[in-house]
Amino acid sequence: MSRLLSWKEVPVAGWLEKKGNAKEYETGDWRTIKPVWIEKNCIQCLRCFVYCPDLAILSQGEKVAGIDYQHCKGCGICANECPSKPKALEMVAETDSE
Amino acid sequence: MPNLKELMQHESFFSPGHRMCAGCVAPLVVRQVALAVGDTPVVVANATGCLEVASTIFPYTAWRCSFIHNAFANAAATLSGVETAYRALKKQGKINKEIKFIAFGGDGGTYDIGLQSLSGAMERGHNMLYICYDNGAYMNTGIQRSSATPLFADTTTSPAGQVSSGKSQWRKDLTAIMAAHNIPYAAQVAPSHFMDLMTKVQKALSVDGPSFINAMAHCPRGWRYDTREGVELTRLSVETCYWPLYEVDHGKWKLSYKPKEKKPIETWIRKQGRFRHLFTDKGQTEIKWLQQRVDEEWSKLLERCKEVG
Amino acid sequence: MLQERIALTGNEAMALAMKQINPDVVAAYPITPQTEIVQLFSSYVANGMVKTEFITVESEHSAMSAVVGAAASGVRAMTATSSQGLAYMFEVLYIAASNQLPIVMPVVNRALSGPINIHGDHSDTMGARDAGWIQLYSENTQEAYDNLIQAIRIAEHSDVQLPVMVCMDGFIISHALENLEILADEDVQQFIGEFIPHRPTLLNLDSPVTVGPLALYDYYMEIKRAQAEAMMRAKPVIRQVGQEYKALTGRCYDLLEPYKLDDADIAIVVLSSTAGTTRVVVDELRQEGVKAGVLKPRVFRPFPYEEIREVLAPVKAIAILDRADSYAGFGGPLFKEIRAALYDAPARPPVVNYIYGLGGRDANLNDIRAVYRDLDKIAATGWTDQLVRYLGVREEAIVHA
Repeated sequence: MSRLLSWKEVPVAGWLEKKGNAKEYETGDWRTIKPVWIEKNCIQCLRCFVYCPDLAILSQGEKVAGIDYQHCKGCGICANECPSKPKALEMVAETDSE
Repeated sequence: MPNLKELMQHESFFSPGHRMCAGCVAPLVVRQVALAVGDTPVVVANATGCLEVASTIFPYTAWRCSFIHNAFANAAATLSGVETAYRALKKQGKINKEIKFIAFGGDGGTYDIGLQSLSGAMERGHNMLYICYDNGAYMNTGIQRSSATPLFADTTTSPAGQVSSGKSQWRKDLTAIMAAHNIPYAAQVAPSHFMDLMTKVQKALSVDGPSFINAMAHCPRGWRYDTREGVELTRLSVETCYWPLYEVDHGKWKLSYKPKEKKPIETWIRKQGRFRHLFTDKGQTEIKWLQQRVDEEWSKLLERCKEVG
Repeated sequence: MLQERIALTGNEAMALAMKQINPDVVAAYPITPQTEIVQLFSSYVANGMVKTEFITVESEHSAMSAVVGAAASGVRAMTATSSQGLAYMFEVLYIAASNQLPIVMPVVNRALSGPINIHGDHSDTMGARDAGWIQLYSENTQEAYDNLIQAIRIAEHSDVQLPVMVCMDGFIISHALENLEILADEDVQQFIGEFIPHRPTLLNLDSPVTVGPLALYDYYMEIKRAQAEAMMRAKPVIRQVGQEYKALTGRCYDLLEPYKLDDADIAIVVLSSTAGTTRVVVDELRQEGVKAGVLKPRVFRPFPYEEIREVLAPVKAIAILDRADSYAGFGGPLFKEIRAALYDAPARPPVVNYIYGLGGRDANLNDIRAVYRDLDKIAATGWTDQLVRYLGVREEAIVHA
């Protein structure tokens, strides 16, 4: 939201007729470390998808398809829970990958 | 058994961009509940707390379904009004779709300040599912003890000190209290065991009348552990039998998961800063007490579930 | 318009009006002296005389919470309470108002504890005066009945969308049998009309809504400013609904009800049932040639300060009777606001305050006569050194009489 609404513009009582518009708010910049998905190691168990508190594991059909870096907060649960050997998710420092 | 591959095709009623802390397990509970719900229309009520605050910061909402926050103590009463309005409109022929009603509350809003409101709604038999995400303290206000806080946990209102070993009481057994309301369905879940969680959510939503689910929800900030270990520690809370998974289906107690090898409580608490004060020579006594109490509660549960210890 | 004349207690009249309104959802909890309303309404539900879904909540906090949930779901929702019950609802009263939900609630006025007391005074609703609810005060059974029906129209008006409490004195009115004229059910239904939500509702699956989000310093004040505006818009709506109700029933309702004020030298301002007693004394005094008058505000929120200033400005001395105390505040709530309203009056008449009738203490004709005698003296000198007084308290030496 670039411009703040005036009192004549705010919806009554602040009720939001929006469908999950929090998605427009990017929490990705909270990260200090980030997960990297290594597709060739992925066994498509979907655990990262089910365990991500930020719904930041992207999917396509029935498969994991990557990471939503706009929302991933870098908690590391996905990498920790990844059962593949070698792991399909690895945490790397945010700056290292830039 | 929920079909994950089928369920993941539906848009979740909870969206990314919520501002819960990184690694918080509460939104993970909501995420899994949303998966279990699939495309069934729901209206959600939320007690004041971390989840409510962090998911509805004006002008943003992380809810794709209709959502109401009223106050701290009254999520169940508020949702009972919504559900009753639905029944009224249905009776009048003004609405014909099937809608499910789900309330979320933290342990503060459920075990403590909201207990009366919850008890009333359960007793009256509204068609609603109440889910408590139990992170064992008032996390939104900064980690104060609640009646869900584990024995000996160090919180900001039960601090460990020269003459204190942290919280001096065992936690309230809320799931059993809810079961004692003789509601059709009550269960305890942990998101580490997601199939069990989703199965129970689906079951709870299918019964005629009120249902209650108590979900373990680790808090990295309040419990002081590495964010990446949220699910791993949740699993340990089940494996140590601190947080057993069970259900009370129409009065019948049933254990959902029995660890092959019951792990010592120490394996769970060792990784949490809130129990750090116990890992001294003196603290060994407290750890023993804690283990003893976990064992007692576990045996009690096994008996209720007619399982052989 | 065919109206039936029957005898009912205040509670029976309120319950009857609720039955005729026939709301979709009622959530209520019993409390003396409101209990009868809940009991009677339950019997209407039990006998299929209303379409209402009745939620027998476990507390008033839950009553107001459930009604908020129901109203946000797009139905007509009501409750009723008194005293401690209203106090127990307190936090949710603000939330109902902030969400601009058109909830209507009879409040049978009763003293607040402690000491615990079941009788009538206004400390309960006066305590909630800044919760953001419209407040109508009723003098008798007829007004309680009429106000409740009008309250539906006021609350639900698209310009307003605010909750309304309809106040009536506990026991003095709630339990006293009086004759009143009642409307036919269908006339009430026609007057209030079908409930049409002017806002998004929780149950509209096609367009989900988030009700009750967190608004911090960047938005809280804009949302509250808009809420205040809705309350300001209520004033003309209350008058307009009163006009329409007059056309239907012949009974006239406005923001204020002045009695013999036009040429009055001295006047009492008082809410609710005591206004009737005061009018009797005014008639006596007029017989004696004393130019006495009385002003009964019907609406306390929104506070009609311009209208009050206009009718009271020419009076030489004014006594405000408050059935609630502020405990060493500058008088009772009615006094504070009326005195402030008169600050801009050209002559700025002396205005004094009497705290009276707490916990149901009777305010009889002699008490009112004493106040007018005081006013006579104040009008003569234009001055008094005692602005706030207590009426009818033993060993209270303040009253001049």
